[in-house]
Amino acid sequence: MENSPLFRSGHTACAGCGQAIAARLVIEAAGANTIIANSTGCLEVFTTKYPETAWGVPWIHSLFENSSAVASGIEAALIYLGKKDSTNVIAQGGDGSTGDIGIQALSGMLERGHDILYVCYDNEAYMNTGVQRSGLTPFDTNTTTSPQGAQSTGNLRPKKPVPEICAAHGIPYVATASAGFAQDLTRKVKKAISIKGPKYIQIHVPCPLGWRYETNQMLSVAKLAVETGLYPLFEYEFGVLAGARQITPKPVEEYLKTQGRFKHLLNSPEEIKKVQAVADNNIKKYNLKAEV
Amino acid sequence: MKEFVEGSHAIAEIIKATSPGVISAYPITPQTHIVEDLAQMVANGEIKSQFVNVESEHSAASVVLGASATGVRVYTATSSQGLFYMQEVVFNIAGMRLPVVMTCANRAVSAPINIWNDQQDSISLRDAGWVQIYAENNQEAVDFHLIAYRLAEDKRVMLPVMVCMDGFILTHGMEMVDMPEQEKVNKFLPGYNPLYKLDTANPISMGLLADPDYYMETRFAIQETMKSSIDYLSEISVEFNSVFGRDYKDLLVEEYHTKDAEKVIVAMGSVCGTIKEVVDQQRAKGKKVGLLRLISYRPFPYARVYEALKDVPKVAVLDKAVSLGAYAPIAVELKAAFYGKKKGPKVISSFVAGLGGRDITLESIDEVFRRLTVKEVNSDFIDLKPELLKEEYGE
Repeated sequence: MENSPLFRSGHTACAGCGQAIAARLVIEAAGANTIIANSTGCLEVFTTKYPETAWGVPWIHSLFENSSAVASGIEAALIYLGKKDSTNVIAQGGDGSTGDIGIQALSGMLERGHDILYVCYDNEAYMNTGVQRSGLTPFDTNTTTSPQGAQSTGNLRPKKPVPEICAAHGIPYVATASAGFAQDLTRKVKKAISIKGPKYIQIHVPCPLGWRYETNQMLSVAKLAVETGLYPLFEYEFGVLAGARQITPKPVEEYLKTQGRFKHLLNSPEEIKKVQAVADNNIKKYNLKAEV
Repeated sequence: MKEFVEGSHAIAEIIKATSPGVISAYPITPQTHIVEDLAQMVANGEIKSQFVNVESEHSAASVVLGASATGVRVYTATSSQGLFYMQEVVFNIAGMRLPVVMTCANRAVSAPINIWNDQQDSISLRDAGWVQIYAENNQEAVDFHLIAYRLAEDKRVMLPVMVCMDGFILTHGMEMVDMPEQEKVNKFLPGYNPLYKLDTANPISMGLLADPDYYMETRFAIQETMKSSIDYLSEISVEFNSVFGRDYKDLLVEEYHTKDAEKVIVAMGSVCGTIKEVVDQQRAKGKKVGLLRLISYRPFPYARVYEALKDVPKVAVLDKAVSLGAYAPIAVELKAAFYGKKKGPKVISSFVAGLGGRDITLESIDEVFRRLTVKEVNSDFIDLKPELLKEEYGE
């Protein structure tokens, strides 16, 4: 990959970080006429440690849970200045800042109808603080605050359906994407940017530290999540499911065995069966199975 | 032009005159009338501001933060729990050196829930890096908002300013107010021209991570600016007086019969009107009493306080807030102002009054003067009800 003027090299993301690649794809798709409000989290820390910045677009970080509201203020100011039509506004953060602590501000931003694209980089736990469970941590995941033990198989709750929560606001566009499918991700960001109003894209971004995979396996891990049906790639328009990426489903075990966070499940057919049920449910719900 | 108006309406009118680009607020009593009036002005097309109706105070503060960073003048108002809910953002705004102006309609804090006035809310946020100025009446509340923007947007300052006005007593009180004319406002307060802003023509990053090699200097810089703001407030008051024909001395303190006084009460906000009346009554009886009214609480004008009280034998500090488990907030500052100095009061006694809207009457102030004796007292509560204390604790 060539150096990007909008997201420069030299940042301090881990090798094999899916978020760094996804963030670069997002800003390259959105273009230079974009202002970003970024939540506290890995992306903020590894791109903007004073006195350096990786960003070639105007960028602001305020707090953990308020990037939706900060972006709302930016958008309102741009309208006042008569510059909104020529400027994209993106709010972005991780799964915790989006779906847990920041969901109120996000809901407010969506409900008020701001012309903003919200991008959630979903690595399925609080990675910046050391892999603690979030509301978007998948079922049976071993994290530092949902550890596997004699009495537990890890995170006992299903993943919080934040895209559906956003879609329930009736906003023009909601999509899921993956760091493993760059063209699909780019297409969705460009589509979102072309639509006026609030938009939400949630990108599945593997984390080598929290998921425990070999750093050169980022893309294949990301792809397997989609190909098993555990991370369906879909689009909602005005609250209605508008389409999903078709797959020939692979067994979830192929995905689980790539990562240390699921290692404790591999000798338990019963638990694997439960995870398979999650994928099967997605396949049915979003009609993911490719017609043969 | 003089008008008989409600405090909140007067504030809305003066904010309208400053033409903010973005206004954002979340409703909380007793701030509501201010933002309702502003919303109506926007709905009528009287101002071009974007009014963002948010889902919480945390977001109200975040919206004005984002808008201010984009280079427009902004306004928000809150009170009590609302201020506490936005506290995280309040600190953040100061750290980012954004010239946000906020009205705090001072109100007690929960629990027990209480919508009436004291000053616990803004005083609890004294360390946030905001300039805090307290109005005695609605004329000041109006004028102080113009001064707030002027100070906040001064390139030497670039810090947020909170104008504190007692909830209900001022916000819902009807008074004669000489409303500043628009052309004078324009003369005193030119449009906001930011030093830095989020602009695609000149991309910058704001709100970066500062590690131990860099963090401390940012806090030092705010502290230095706060100290200098003491002088800037005096400087701005001179210009304000010349444009609007007012008579503000330095916007730090007001001295009321302190020169030859033997007893002086130090207080802040609307209660000072009551204290002035008691001072007048007692002076008429030949008693040498006075009032030192604090206007600026942050920055705290230690030197001015020292000069004003260095020859006064007895000082009573009247706080409308408490620091539970310690001396009352303003009392602490007064004691610090005189510690180790050659001159100063022999007695600095501390009184707490008016919490949760308990009326501070002329008799309450008489009582403070009575209890101000050679025996120093600390956090002595005025106007407690003995019958309620019995219920609570037994005999």
